[in-house]
Amino acid sequence: MQRAAKHDVLIIAKTMLRSYLKIAWKVLMRRKFFTFISLFGVSFTLMILLVVAAMFDHMVGPGTPVKRVDRMLFVNAIRQQRVDDHGWMTMPASIHFVDDYVRKLKTPELVGISTGASNATAFTKSKLLPLDVAYTDGNFWQIMDYDFLGGRPFTKAEVQQAQQVCVINEATARDYFGSTAVVGRTIEIDLKRYRVAGVVRNVSAANFYAYADVWLPYTLSSEYFKDNRLNGVFLPVLLAPSAAAMPAMREEYRQMMKRVEIPNPKEVKAVFSYADPILAGITRGILNHQDQTMDDDNLDSFYLIMGGLALLFMLLPALNLVNLNVTRILERSGEIGVRKAFGATGRNLVSQFLVENVVLALVGGLLGLALAAGALALVNEAHPVAYAHFALSWSVFGWGMLLTLIFGLMSGVYPAWKMSRLNPVAALRGSGEQK
Amino acid sequence: MENLLANSPETRTQPAALNGATPVLRLTNIEKVYQTKTIETVALNQVNLAINRGEFVSIMGPSGCGKSTLLSLMGLLDEPTSGVIELDGRAVTSFSDKELANLRNLKIGFVFQSYHLINDLSVVDNVEVPLLYRKGMSSKERRQRALTALDKVGLSARTAHFPGQLSGGQRQRVAIARALAGGPEIILADEPTGNLDSVMGEEIMELLMTLNRRDGVTVVMVTHDEQQALKTQRVIRFFDGSQVS
Repeated sequence: MQRAAKHDVLIIAKTMLRSYLKIAWKVLMRRKFFTFISLFGVSFTLMILLVVAAMFDHMVGPGTPVKRVDRMLFVNAIRQQRVDDHGWMTMPASIHFVDDYVRKLKTPELVGISTGASNATAFTKSKLLPLDVAYTDGNFWQIMDYDFLGGRPFTKAEVQQAQQVCVINEATARDYFGSTAVVGRTIEIDLKRYRVAGVVRNVSAANFYAYADVWLPYTLSSEYFKDNRLNGVFLPVLLAPSAAAMPAMREEYRQMMKRVEIPNPKEVKAVFSYADPILAGITRGILNHQDQTMDDDNLDSFYLIMGGLALLFMLLPALNLVNLNVTRILERSGEIGVRKAFGATGRNLVSQFLVENVVLALVGGLLGLALAAGALALVNEAHPVAYAHFALSWSVFGWGMLLTLIFGLMSGVYPAWKMSRLNPVAALRGSGEQK
Repeated sequence: MENLLANSPETRTQPAALNGATPVLRLTNIEKVYQTKTIETVALNQVNLAINRGEFVSIMGPSGCGKSTLLSLMGLLDEPTSGVIELDGRAVTSFSDKELANLRNLKIGFVFQSYHLINDLSVVDNVEVPLLYRKGMSSKERRQRALTALDKVGLSARTAHFPGQLSGGQRQRVAIARALAGGPEIILADEPTGNLDSVMGEEIMELLMTLNRRDGVTVVMVTHDEQQALKTQRVIRFFDGSQVS
């Protein structure tokens, strides 16, 4: 008996849905201007959100060579608080700090270092070749997953012996040598000669920790000082044995900071440094806390601000859609009256108008995705960031569709509810009077 | 004059109470008052009437006398301020919106002066509208019933057309088919010929009479047209919200 009733309900739902979809499509086609305005609002907003999301994903999401980002912590800075309120000094870490503290941590599987890319120059036969050079250690190459087109990374031994070796990217290989099969050949950068140990695929300049044109052993860096200063140019990267070990690794780093000896206590009162996941590292840097001694990565504030902005951004076209929908629905009061007269309940009508709106929003969503893909293709064409290729990922696509559905529901619920309360007699008269 | 009166519908009236059968629709002490902040308008005042199964009744009166309000109450589209409406012997006063919607779907068919077809739907889809809200009906059965209803009104050849492609008379036929599709016990027609010329109006009137005679459908029709009213079995006249005959 119950099964039969369930079967009935299914038949009705299927039948109604087909009819609603049919009428939704016809209404959209009939009111082309309204449809265009609605679709424009939805698809344009989604396009912006998707492009921003794709860029965000490109910067902080997992991708070559930072594939295991869920297991990595980054140390961006050592912040020294000076005595007598003389302010703060914020710089990356020194080799002393890395060797004597960070490398001695127990939880990390590996600790590697790199520097931010700095400018250098090479000369080919015909032109000057500006290059971005970064310095790394041997572990760095094991933590990051670069795509090697040829050769290999430089080894720990080569780093320790400060050998004149390098890894170059594909673009540099082509620009300097005219080919990527250049392992073993020599490149001259800033009048120094280096043997090419390996060639890797280009890495996006948006990838702060992994980007460079040329990588050299850190022991060749002019900033490689062997004294006990804490500040330097090096950015430690810690690889946890598993994602689950990340909190423990972060905590161990926190505890480690309590043991750090200040080499110049007459000038520096306290030292602060944090090992953060990639996004938290950025938010800690961008959203500075008033009290700089406070350990707050501001990630929650970041999510709150971004969520709020996204919601606000979505709210505007949604409100516009609500407004247009109320007008559109009231224009169809005759239809509402007829449906009510012939037995439609308020719930039936709410479903019908929600389906119409969700169809509209989904069409808008698909258009938004297409527009976003087009916009990203244009962005990629313009190369605003070296070697960056922004792409719509499946997760961004999924979020896009979810946002679209929320759009459809947000802009449809109120008008549908208002419409379902129309008095049938008034609706048939076309007055739009409420019950 | 006497002969005319002898054959007039009023004299042929056989209220349900007289012949003993339960009327399909009974209104008892119905009052409908529209209230605004400044004014109170009595649309219907102490109306008592019964519609018998199989009857063809017309309701007449000048504009604003409450005819359409009465039809809305009969169709369970509106609630009376006081009084009792019974459909098939059951008082519907305390029914929920959902129950009323279900009753309308099962037992009542509406025909409106301005047709009220949904322009975005084809003729056959329009006729299927009442059946969309019918529990347990397959799309095949729905389509079959819609086609049968269209056949009854002589529009089998126009099923795939859209309302905009039809004449006024044809649109009203579609509206009648829609009212018939659900197999209602009663059809309530609010000036069904009001927007049509005399020839088409006559056709629609013939159609309603045929449905009443041949299929036994109860019809209550609001009209301004005395000639058409005289063709029905009973005429109920209203003036200023009160039943005068």
